[in-house]
Amino acid sequence: MRERAGFYSIIALLITIGVALSWTRSSELDIPFFPGTQLPVWLIEARVDFVADGEAVLASLSVPDDAPGFRLLAEQSASPGYGFSMLDGHDTRRGEWSVRQATGSQTLYYKSQFVPVDQDATDRQHQRIPPTPQQVLWQEPESTAAAELLASATRRSSTDLSLVRELLKQIKAPGSDQNTNLLLSDMGTSQLLVRLLNQAGVPAREAMGLRLEDARRNQSLTPLVDVYAEGQWQIFDPDTGRQGLPDNTLLWHRGSGSVLDVMGGRNSDVRFSMIRQTVPALELGQSQFQDHGLSRFSLYQLPIEEQSMLKLLLLLPLGALVVAFMRILVGIKTSGTFMPVLIALAFLQTSLVPGLIAFTGIVGLGLMLRGYLSRLNLLLVSRIATLIVLVIFLTSILTVLGHEIGFSVGMTITFFPMIIIAWTIERMSIIWEEEGPYEVLSQGAGSLLVATLAYALMQWDLMSHLTFNFPEVHLIILALILLTGQYTGYKLTELYRFREMSKDDD
Amino acid sequence: MFTTPQALRRKGILGMNLRNVGYIARYNDRRLYPLVDDKLQTKMMARLHKVPTPELRLTVRSQHQIKQFEEKVKNLSGFAIKPAKGAGGKGILIIERRKDDLFIKPSGATLTLADVSRHLSNILAGLHSLGGTPDVALVEDLIKPVAFFKELSYEGVPDIRIIIFRGIPVMAMLRLATHASDGKANLHQGAIGVGLDLATGRCVHAVQYGRRITHHPDTNADLSAIVIPDWVMMMTLAAECHELTGLGYLGADLVVDENRGPLMLELNARPGLAIQVANGAGLLPRLQRVESLELIPRNPAERVAFAMQHFCRTPMAEIS
Repeated sequence: MRERAGFYSIIALLITIGVALSWTRSSELDIPFFPGTQLPVWLIEARVDFVADGEAVLASLSVPDDAPGFRLLAEQSASPGYGFSMLDGHDTRRGEWSVRQATGSQTLYYKSQFVPVDQDATDRQHQRIPPTPQQVLWQEPESTAAAELLASATRRSSTDLSLVRELLKQIKAPGSDQNTNLLLSDMGTSQLLVRLLNQAGVPAREAMGLRLEDARRNQSLTPLVDVYAEGQWQIFDPDTGRQGLPDNTLLWHRGSGSVLDVMGGRNSDVRFSMIRQTVPALELGQSQFQDHGLSRFSLYQLPIEEQSMLKLLLLLPLGALVVAFMRILVGIKTSGTFMPVLIALAFLQTSLVPGLIAFTGIVGLGLMLRGYLSRLNLLLVSRIATLIVLVIFLTSILTVLGHEIGFSVGMTITFFPMIIIAWTIERMSIIWEEEGPYEVLSQGAGSLLVATLAYALMQWDLMSHLTFNFPEVHLIILALILLTGQYTGYKLTELYRFREMSKDDD
Repeated sequence: MFTTPQALRRKGILGMNLRNVGYIARYNDRRLYPLVDDKLQTKMMARLHKVPTPELRLTVRSQHQIKQFEEKVKNLSGFAIKPAKGAGGKGILIIERRKDDLFIKPSGATLTLADVSRHLSNILAGLHSLGGTPDVALVEDLIKPVAFFKELSYEGVPDIRIIIFRGIPVMAMLRLATHASDGKANLHQGAIGVGLDLATGRCVHAVQYGRRITHHPDTNADLSAIVIPDWVMMMTLAAECHELTGLGYLGADLVVDENRGPLMLELNARPGLAIQVANGAGLLPRLQRVESLELIPRNPAERVAFAMQHFCRTPMAEIS
């Protein structure tokens, strides 16, 4: 019994490790459990235009740095003649183009791909030292208007955040008072809000977001307000007055500095075009985490040729499981224990029906030829060698015939394991002689049934996906096979074989 | 059509999986397999333990010895060719008599010398051996069944299969060839299986194709009247096969020769389950009874006495 307990704990351990590793791989590396899962990716192109003055040019574009809700997949710049580098500032990331001399209108491109991810929009950008509010200078009569607006909003609010909301409410209120109108005539909502907040002693700054809409061109950034309250920077949308990043908005620029700086040029402008693509989640997962610890143990590291070979090899355990199941639990007789798995592998190349036809055709013809061979009184090894040659002849003839008639069935026969077929023919003809054609039929049908089942399982997309992308699934298969090895109950066929015995009671 | 696992368990039927894991793997040391898988070794051991077997006339070990074969069998009228490592009666060729240059099988079919040579060469190449390994062919004396058996069987020699567990015979059956089985004693090919009472050697149950029968379909012999002669001797012979091999779970095939009496034909480390169908009873209760024994008698006669006492059943003739 203690042996048993040990055995079952090993089984439990294998299954647990298999499930846990698969789950970790799926969640950490974003590899989907189901094949064909698609994920959206935003392809965004920033186009910088300016007119160069004929001197050295340095153009610096702020690009997203840890944009909340998105993950940067890839970025590149296209700008002939310019040097390009990415600079990581303390709170911003900028792409810089430089050239010794340029004249006339210039166009620079920055392309990037972003994947939407589930993430809290406010978590990043922790700042240990709270920023200080900026000095704000007003001219009359704006100064008075601002002071009044601020005073009324302060009265109705208790915290910094509620002050922001109150200010936004007043600025956005339809038919607002003349103070607001006066202030808004000079500047945009977001700029006004930033100035008012700073005046009130709440650190605030402008941020830039990009509204993502499929297949849009010539888009510009929309201003957002970034307020430092309760120990962290928080985004407000001045258009809606709501806290947090609006839906489908990529936070392009945040922190100090401007979005675009051009030295040695004028009339500079940045415009955006974007397109929404879907890519297979699998590819995305593969390309994203090449250096992740778990992915070192995945098969993507291998050259493609090895990968495709392994893809086929990793299906074999499934076939072995089917054979173990069918023989031990069901009790189906097959000719050659694992021959059905090899046939199933061949079926993978030929597809099922042509494969079945081709296989029975070849074996049938082979059995007929074997009948003649037995008269020749050959030694066993030479007889099987002869059979191999004959089987290859048959295959070639069928291929040529098939080609002439216009079927490609013949072609696919070449995938069958010739030597295994030769052995099968030999063994079947012996069984025929010794135990009669019924036994040949039952074993042949059993083999084909098991092969068909193994094929059905192996060609199932989900299975090939799981076995290749989650190699640890094989631990579970192994556990199942081990379990069948300990099965001591009756086989299904035994329920039939001994059916008479349970009837008579003496 | 199908029965239920519960019904089989109630009947004590031993299934293939349990036989493999619970009995063969547990009680049969793999090291000892060659002793039974190689008939030549079995014969040597049998000689050592003074267990009678059919007389070995010659062995053919290589291709060139096949040429000398004719020389050597000249003065034998009938003989049996067997592959040393053949399993389940595969590759056994019986030559009943000879007529001029022809060899005649029990079925009446004739073979030329070339046919027989080809059979020998197949055996040497390993066609019938387990795993296809090269093999040796044995040529043995033909068994002359006693008159009693001759009347029972359609063709071929009836043999008695006894399962011996830890040296104690637990179940026995007589196998009779029929026309349907083509003179072979394989139950699934249509041979008759007659379950035997271990105490008396009398028929308790008989089946063909898994169905209960009372008379031989070809000879019309009344099966319920069967009583194996020299039964105690047969049982003792079977029990001695345990010492011969050391295997815990063993099937022994025995025959009764007209001149030499009970002979051990061959041993099997993986005896089949059909014996249960022939007996209309499961092996499990008997196996468990033997498993529960702490001490197994060392003397074969005592073990036979145990089997005769505990595994007896009412003969078929007395039921009806």
